[in-house]
Amino acid sequence: MAQVERPLSPHLQVYKPQLTSVLSILHRITGVSLGIGTLLVAWWLISAAYGPDQFGTTQSFIASWFGRLLLFGFTFSLFYHLCNGIRHLFWDVGWGFQLKTAYLSGWVVVIASIGLTVVSWIAGYVSKGVL
Amino acid sequence: MSHRTPTGRVQGLGSAQHGVDHWWAQRLTALALVPLVIWFCISLVGLVGADHATFTAWLSTPSRAVIMLLLILATFYHMKLGLQIVIEDYIHSRGWNITLLVTNNFVCVLLGVASAFAVIKAALGG
Repeated sequence: MAQVERPLSPHLQVYKPQLTSVLSILHRITGVSLGIGTLLVAWWLISAAYGPDQFGTTQSFIASWFGRLLLFGFTFSLFYHLCNGIRHLFWDVGWGFQLKTAYLSGWVVVIASIGLTVVSWIAGYVSKGVL
Repeated sequence: MSHRTPTGRVQGLGSAQHGVDHWWAQRLTALALVPLVIWFCISLVGLVGADHATFTAWLSTPSRAVIMLLLILATFYHMKLGLQIVIEDYIHSRGWNITLLVTNNFVCVLLGVASAFAVIKAALGG
């Protein structure tokens, strides 16, 4: 039988982006970004196994502007995926499906992940003695 | 012509018996990663700009090394499960789909084992 070109569902482009849908796809995007970030963490650990010189090279790469940019993206992705992941775990036990609650928890995730990113970077600079 | 019943033909196929395994493993690793990731982030703040000696000294505590190994296990397992879903959902070409699913498994296991070895080596004295 010939394949009939049937309309596919859902047509994402006809929907107005909502907080819930944007956060949902952002969970996947940050998940994939964390996969890339994990490559960096693995490289960091493995370079330590090779010795002081290799570890030093990795540390100075992370300290470079590009390294810091990657680390900043990684930090935000990590906190977002962590916070929204906890939101998902609550949904898994059946809590928070009311529209109002879903929006409220969504905003909590946005504020918490931005807040945690900023706080951890300030803590990092304080720990290094820059601030 | 087969005399097998329709139920007999499908038994043991598809997602029978293990349909929720992937879902369950993803949630279990997620739950484990909540405290592990928080611990790791707090630890990293203290390791900003650390040299090799500082890093290996930090890892030489057995509790830290064990938590790092747990973090590595949960991270790469969770990563493998998550990337698998993304590949299954968005890569429709059968060849690419299978190639990426196989690659995903190999890369996650390789990096997980390499990271675990690195932690053990550093913990036992660099």
